[in-house]
Amino acid sequence: KMRRGVGAGAIAKKKLAEAKYKERGNVLAEDQIVQMSKQLETFKTHLEEFASKHKQEIRKNPQFRVQFQEMCATIGVDPLASGKGFWSEMLGVGDFYYELGVQIIEVCLALKHRNGGLITLDELHQRVLKGRGKYAQEVSQDDLVRAIKKLKVMGNGFGMIPVGGSYLVQSVPAELNMDHTVVLQLAEKKGYVTVSEIKDSLKWEKERACHVLDHLLKEGLAWLDSQAAGEAQYWLPALFSELTSRDVTPEEANQMTP
Amino acid sequence: MSDADEELLLYVVACVPWGVFAKLDLGVTLLSTHRLIWRDIKNHECCIAMPLSQIIFFEEQAAGIGKSAKIVIHLHPVPANKEPGPYQYSKYSYIKLSFKEHGQIEFYRRLTEEMTKKRWENTPVSQPIPTGTGSQAGKTRAVGIVGIERKIEEKRKETDKNISEAFEDLSKLMVKAKEMVELSRSIANKIKDKQGDITEDETIRFKAYLLSMGIANPVTRETHGSGTHYHLQLAKQLGDMLQAPLEERGGMMALTEVYCLVNRARGMELLSPEDLVNACKMFESLKLPLRLRVFDSGVMVVQLQSHSEEEMIASALDNVSEKGSLTAEEFAKLLGLSVLLSKERLLLAEKMGHLCRDDSVEGLRFYPNLF
Repeated sequence: KMRRGVGAGAIAKKKLAEAKYKERGNVLAEDQIVQMSKQLETFKTHLEEFASKHKQEIRKNPQFRVQFQEMCATIGVDPLASGKGFWSEMLGVGDFYYELGVQIIEVCLALKHRNGGLITLDELHQRVLKGRGKYAQEVSQDDLVRAIKKLKVMGNGFGMIPVGGSYLVQSVPAELNMDHTVVLQLAEKKGYVTVSEIKDSLKWEKERACHVLDHLLKEGLAWLDSQAAGEAQYWLPALFSELTSRDVTPEEANQMTP
Repeated sequence: MSDADEELLLYVVACVPWGVFAKLDLGVTLLSTHRLIWRDIKNHECCIAMPLSQIIFFEEQAAGIGKSAKIVIHLHPVPANKEPGPYQYSKYSYIKLSFKEHGQIEFYRRLTEEMTKKRWENTPVSQPIPTGTGSQAGKTRAVGIVGIERKIEEKRKETDKNISEAFEDLSKLMVKAKEMVELSRSIANKIKDKQGDITEDETIRFKAYLLSMGIANPVTRETHGSGTHYHLQLAKQLGDMLQAPLEERGGMMALTEVYCLVNRARGMELLSPEDLVNACKMFESLKLPLRLRVFDSGVMVVQLQSHSEEEMIASALDNVSEKGSLTAEEFAKLLGLSVLLSKERLLLAEKMGHLCRDDSVEGLRFYPNLF
């Protein structure tokens, strides 16, 4: 019994189909892959030329970086996907953002015992700049945001929460849903929030407010000041960086929650 | 009017000074080797100079909620022979510069440098420096400053020209890149519709091309670069490199930790987060003694195969039983591990039924499960 698809008859049939296909002006996929290989070489040359003229611009100019990133996104290209990509290798954009990623992780880790893994983008920016030292390239907040987006893939819970016109950067896998986010946004103005304020502004019932606040306390994102005049205040260390002029030790952090 | 040796150092835009001068509008601060000069952005004739020698001490005030970053500069008391000016009559003895962007970091650094070097002492400005804002005084000072301003303006125009050329070249480059993207989509469609016979070799090559261009695989929608030679090599390198660090850390490291460790060691030609994830995914198929593992929380770790799950859970149970109860922080201290990974181990032991939790506002505490 003859196996189907094999034999002179089947081969001839395939050749006929291919010929018909080509006749109609279509190109086979394998031919296109060869074509792509050639075009890639050409593109690489163009990119090298571009790099030799403008590599410095990308290094020095945050605005130019934004334009570059947006153009890439528009055409469907991710220049930061891999260190092995042309963009990374020839323009050096990769190293810039991947190194920034390292610095962001380190800053967040160093402050986690104090703020529970939540930090304002402003504070993160300042600390990263300080850590980079005086001879390093300028880093904008847009740069940080793009670096953080890339860090997400590593599963450490990196995310950004919109708060007060800017962002809070989360670096721990604590689950924060809409309720938590909204309370954070409410607390942003003063750095703390009370149950009454939540009830008044958000029209929630006491239970819902307490549930959310308890979760924030448990995750180490909020500290309770039960001695406050009037009503207990829930402080978010991520939001009051200017009030604490020195770092709090883990022991002190533990003591501040009853 | 300004000394020939005086050198302009820094041109900082958009800061608002107040204190000695009472609160003024948005202006430009210039720092020279001898003086601090401020000039109103709109009214160029309104400008004030302060000799650096008048500064006793200065400090930064970090930005906060609704507040911009500031530098506070404390001044010596007014000298008796000083010419009339705002300083003499001010009730403040300090100036606060409020910065709109983060220029305060550079400014602080430069000011620190100049206050250390004290270059004004080498070449003192011969005339006493007028610090009034009278129209006469304003005009005289404006001359010197205009020269400095012009230099800066020229430099800025040149930079602008470079940028527009760069943008033009960038746009042209993007057109070519777009052609590549469209070609890759066409190929992907044909693969899907089976128009043409693609060998495995060609598939691998295609994936490598996509990786070079940063184009997501349109056929499989996988993240960039899964299953390429590059990641194969990387996986082997990581297998070698991570053995010792993993041993030191009890057999487990968070992926972000690995990322920092590897990239700091490399120094350049760094790995992207995706590169790392894709390489780690290949550990198993390459039969390397490491595994990428994802916890329920989403935390990803690299784990030594030799450190079995049972051992980890048993040791967690032992430690908790010995102490009666443990929080993630306490456990972390005991083992010398990060709090993140200690918590994951306790959660795992709980999942397997060996521990139970007490979740209160004081924290999450684990107890041996006696049920």
